[in-house]
Amino acid sequence: MWYYEKKLQYPVKVSTCNPTLAKYLIEQYGGADGELSAALRYLNQRYTIPNKVVGLLNDIGTEEFAHLEMIATMIYKLTKDAKPEELVEAGLGAHFVNHDHALFYQNAAGNSWTANYIQAKGDPIADIYEDIAAEEKARATYQWIIDVSDDPMLNDSLKFLREREIVHSQRFREAAEILKEERDRKKVF
Amino acid sequence: MNFTQTKYYYPYISPFDPCKPIRVKSYSTPPNLYLGFQPPHSPQFKTAREALFHGTLWPSLASTYPPKGERE
Repeated sequence: MWYYEKKLQYPVKVSTCNPTLAKYLIEQYGGADGELSAALRYLNQRYTIPNKVVGLLNDIGTEEFAHLEMIATMIYKLTKDAKPEELVEAGLGAHFVNHDHALFYQNAAGNSWTANYIQAKGDPIADIYEDIAAEEKARATYQWIIDVSDDPMLNDSLKFLREREIVHSQRFREAAEILKEERDRKKVF
Repeated sequence: MNFTQTKYYYPYISPFDPCKPIRVKSYSTPPNLYLGFQPPHSPQFKTAREALFHGTLWPSLASTYPPKGERE
């Protein structure tokens, strides 16, 4: 069960109407390494992972939904008042014809989100290593979006999200260490 | 531990490359690659505001992008 707090995890401010940037940001919304993939991957793996790391997947999976609504807010703000001609110019003509100004779970190239993006192998090591890779890929995606974006206020929020990927990767790496730890071994601190 | 958050390499440049060559390439190597288990009681940012702006409670995990110099 979840409680909903009616605010964003980090403020999202957009300085210019820029639908082209929205087209790129969609990658983190419904792309293979996007926030939707991340949230669903972790929350689904929770059930079949050793007890010690269930809570970690639960917490990070939940945070990914908080990131998802930040990305949604960015895309919405960047496109909400754009005229059809402006959307066409930004390369979002096909999106407008299909969805008007609505958001949709697809990547920057317009491919719909698919469950094939994520995996649940049931093997704890395989699953945690996939999660580490997913975080590094998401971090890289944020870097490339920052590289093509010239909106300093939006970049501030994107830098926050990039940092969160680093922290999540750190926690998954610690989880991998916990999973491979020898039992009954005396620990010396 | 001492480490840098960006690594550089020098790709081969052909005399026949069509685009203006990028002589130095770079990639990110953030702190999570080096930290191992985060030590207990790691120093935290002084204020909650500072922590929020960095996206983490701990300076030892903070990373900036783009890096201080040019990316490539």
